[in-house]
Amino acid sequence: MIPAAFDYVRAGSVEEALAALAEHGDEAKLMAGGHSLIPLMRYRLVTPGVVVDVGNLNGDLRGIGVADGTVSIGALTRHSELEHSAELADACPMLAHVASVVGDPAVRHRGTLGGSLAHADPASDLPAAVLALGATLVARGPGGQREIAAADFFTGFLESVLADDEMLTEIRLPVSGGGWNYQKFNRRAQDWAIVGVVVAEDAKGVSLVNMGSTPMRATAVEQAVAGGASAADAAAMAADDASPPSDLNGDAEYRGHLARVLTERALKAAGIA
Amino acid sequence: MTITDENAGIGSRMLRKEDGALVTGEAKFVDDIHVPGELWMGMVRSTAAHARIVSIDASAAKEMPGVEAVHTGAELAAMELWVAPLPCAWPVTDDMANPPHWPVAPDTVHHVGEIVAVVLADSRYGAADAVEQVVVEYESLAAVASIDQAVADTDHAHTDLGTNKAYTWAIDEDPEGTQAAFDAAAHSVTCRFEQQRLIPAAMEPRGVVAVPSPMGGDVTLYSASQVPHILKVMAAATTGIPEQKIRVIAPAVGGGFGAKLNINPDEILAITLANRMGRAVRWTESRTEAAGSTHQGRGQMQYIELASDSDGRLTAIRVKIDADMGAYMMLITPGVPLLGSFLYHGVYETPKFSFTCEGWFTNRTPTDAYRGAGRPEASYAIERAMDMLSYEVGISPEEIRRRNYINGGEPFEMWENPAGISFDSGHYSPTLDRALEMADVAGLRAEQQRRRDAGEVKQLGIGLCTYVEICGLAPSRALGGLKYAAGGWEHATVRLLPTGKVEVVSGSTPHGQGHETSWSQIIATKMGVSPDDVTVLHSDTALSPLGLDTYGSRSLAVGGVAISMAAEKVIEKARLIAAHQFEAAPEDVEFEAGSFSVAGTPSKSVHIQELGFVAFAAHDLPDGLEPNLQEQVSFDPPNFAFPFGTHVAVVEIDEDTGGVDLIGYFAVDDCGNQINPLIVEGQVHGGVVQGAAQALYEVAVYDDQANITNPSLMDYLVPSAAEVPSISTDFTCTPSTTNPLGVKGVGEAGTIGSAAAVINAVVDALRPHGITDMAMPASPMRVRQAIEAAKGGAS
Repeated sequence: MIPAAFDYVRAGSVEEALAALAEHGDEAKLMAGGHSLIPLMRYRLVTPGVVVDVGNLNGDLRGIGVADGTVSIGALTRHSELEHSAELADACPMLAHVASVVGDPAVRHRGTLGGSLAHADPASDLPAAVLALGATLVARGPGGQREIAAADFFTGFLESVLADDEMLTEIRLPVSGGGWNYQKFNRRAQDWAIVGVVVAEDAKGVSLVNMGSTPMRATAVEQAVAGGASAADAAAMAADDASPPSDLNGDAEYRGHLARVLTERALKAAGIA
Repeated sequence: MTITDENAGIGSRMLRKEDGALVTGEAKFVDDIHVPGELWMGMVRSTAAHARIVSIDASAAKEMPGVEAVHTGAELAAMELWVAPLPCAWPVTDDMANPPHWPVAPDTVHHVGEIVAVVLADSRYGAADAVEQVVVEYESLAAVASIDQAVADTDHAHTDLGTNKAYTWAIDEDPEGTQAAFDAAAHSVTCRFEQQRLIPAAMEPRGVVAVPSPMGGDVTLYSASQVPHILKVMAAATTGIPEQKIRVIAPAVGGGFGAKLNINPDEILAITLANRMGRAVRWTESRTEAAGSTHQGRGQMQYIELASDSDGRLTAIRVKIDADMGAYMMLITPGVPLLGSFLYHGVYETPKFSFTCEGWFTNRTPTDAYRGAGRPEASYAIERAMDMLSYEVGISPEEIRRRNYINGGEPFEMWENPAGISFDSGHYSPTLDRALEMADVAGLRAEQQRRRDAGEVKQLGIGLCTYVEICGLAPSRALGGLKYAAGGWEHATVRLLPTGKVEVVSGSTPHGQGHETSWSQIIATKMGVSPDDVTVLHSDTALSPLGLDTYGSRSLAVGGVAISMAAEKVIEKARLIAAHQFEAAPEDVEFEAGSFSVAGTPSKSVHIQELGFVAFAAHDLPDGLEPNLQEQVSFDPPNFAFPFGTHVAVVEIDEDTGGVDLIGYFAVDDCGNQINPLIVEGQVHGGVVQGAAQALYEVAVYDDQANITNPSLMDYLVPSAAEVPSISTDFTCTPSTTNPLGVKGVGEAGTIGSAAAVINAVVDALRPHGITDMAMPASPMRVRQAIEAAKGGAS
């Protein structure tokens, strides 16, 4: 629980943060809320030479705006701010709800949406939610700004398409209507999901938490619902494309079972008969 | 004296005196204590469960900034810093195997986490960095990774022992008679239960700071310990440092649950290295490190058989335990299962009783006391087995209990149990009656039936447990008979200061129990003073030289009684002074609510607090009476105390996910007279959750190479308040006959009752599937797999 030595840079702007990343390359690690990075450092599972702290950048990087059918969320917006935002409750209530069941209150007050996405943990709640919503992720790097579809963002366990010298700045979502639900199954309130199932927009988006090395869309379920299948029949396909992990809380077979049970519950709660 | 919250004496719900300092961060724990020039120890711990150390290369570590020294086990052995291995105080049999357990392994490691070298550096970070640079080469030996593997006895945890068996201990006066009872039984059940290993996980991890004195070779050890007095004696015996040169202080201690009831490598290292370096030496374990640096709890395979007549009345109980010692015998490792041996018949009468325990070495972290220490295991086995017998006989769980309660459920005193000890007092039926009523078990059963009939996904289960426990450790002669090295008395001093305030010196040492509050309440009632006028000194061997510390729910039933008796001696001496002032005979002087007066002339009175100065000034004391009002007592109880109670757990099981939700818990306990009901209820709450945690959440998982796979609190699931329901408590009161306060203990009772109640509820919910047992912890996957297996078997 004692991290290795590291240098610390507190960035005063996005430009400063990008400059620090450019200077230190893969030695550097961005820190926003720190609730994923710091535990890994304390276990010495990651040992960055430089921690670039962007947690205090506010301005455009923090906050929620809704215009022209699009929700724009600054990457440093805290989970608790998503949870309690009146705008988000109207424009995308599913995301507000998912944010409200992340970790515990301490985690939600420090953790950021951009940090959670960049960390790319398949067991986290918010990456799957953003995936189901068809979000667009905005990143800035030395070459300027680029937009990445959520479907293209996650590439592996704790891996994304973000380059070492890029940072997420914004998450854009379509204003989202229709039935939604999030089923999170865990043993203790503050734990990661053993399995989670997100249903967005009347099941146009269905995604799975902790059912593979990345958060993943349950495409077969989405297509089945679109084709008129019942919730039970659609849910039966929930784990078809998944390669879930095995750990002390559940082996792959049990996770597949949970995915089917939870998908059926989520579909029904979202209004799919 | 009438008990009110105002006078805050015995029986009042006084708020704890300790809590202000604890909740504001004022209290000082070991890790808060810093000494100029201190060095941090960093432990290089074995990554192999069983291996010979081929080489240790510390050259890179020694060159790192801030590193003062790196010592391997072989080097430390050559320095002769210790004269004996770490102690086991409970050699339960004459032929018990007890391989030497050195603070640092000299040549062979026997569990993952055993220390192989120690770093001394000027910062915690520097120590951690240097530990990473020490390169250890191991030659692997076969690791004994489970109890079953130990019992198979093919691979050996200690190769030179030639066997894994440490001892065999039995209470078995009439094995043929027991067998005859089974042969003649109308009903019998045979059960195998696993008591999984648990990580104690106190809120404050263990830690030490050893401070050498400027001269004279004295050393003060601050340790997060439940047992500073025992630690002082054992540290002297282990290091060879004269005992009078060692002072041990346990400052604020954040929970122990038995895990701080030991003599640990780090404590001996800190003392000896502080003396060697002439500098303070400190260490605080990390949470993950604790899985290898602090002993674990439970770890038993239990085989219990019950025989009964056609009505379900017990005719025999036969028990066999295979107990996992882990890699070494620590302070009371071998004795823990035996603390339960007297209780495997539970609250029931049985003509025949047979108990055998075999202790086995494995290459895992040593086991030792964990909240309840042997008794939760016993209570679990008999209470689970009684439910199984009830299924067999075809009567309800409550009915099978009523038919078998000691003395038919009527009150009794001094009942001799089949293991040869006498229960001080008991009255079991009222706890069952009240628990059934409080939980509305009749209503719950109706709702359970409704859900079953409707085929609902969420099914209800109702589980019962009536427990008895043995606490108040202990009569010294009884401990001697069990080959325990020490006695079981407790020491107390009460002094009335010149200004009328009271200082109490307690030999029992709190680590969260609220001794300062309870002892103040006892003094308040006995001496008629405000509890605010009482200060309790404890947990420092210089302030409180005599004591036997806190474990086994003994503090009140032994230490609190000693406080009360010492107060009475102060009162008796003060009575002589009052009589002298009144010019009356001492036998004519009455004492009431703090005031002495002459019988028949109440106008002439003096408060005991006024006599503090009189005794101090000593200007006018009775001839021959020594100045000052200070008295001490060493109380050695004539018997143990036997609290009991009935708990009802209510669970809801989601049959599709296997998730178990503990939705109701009702505890009716009897711990005799209560000093502070608020503290008693808190003990029940915490104890219940700790037992429920074993039932539903916690297990230390080892792989087949004896590596622990879940040492962090991310994977070792200690439940939080969010996972447990509001716990309903009530009490009956059957005073103990063991001590003049009529008190028993309550620190472990909740844990002793709750694991069985919760698993009985889980099995009750699943009974329509034909499921009759469920291993702990009843994880969602395990429950779901049992349901699937039952369905598969039925189709």
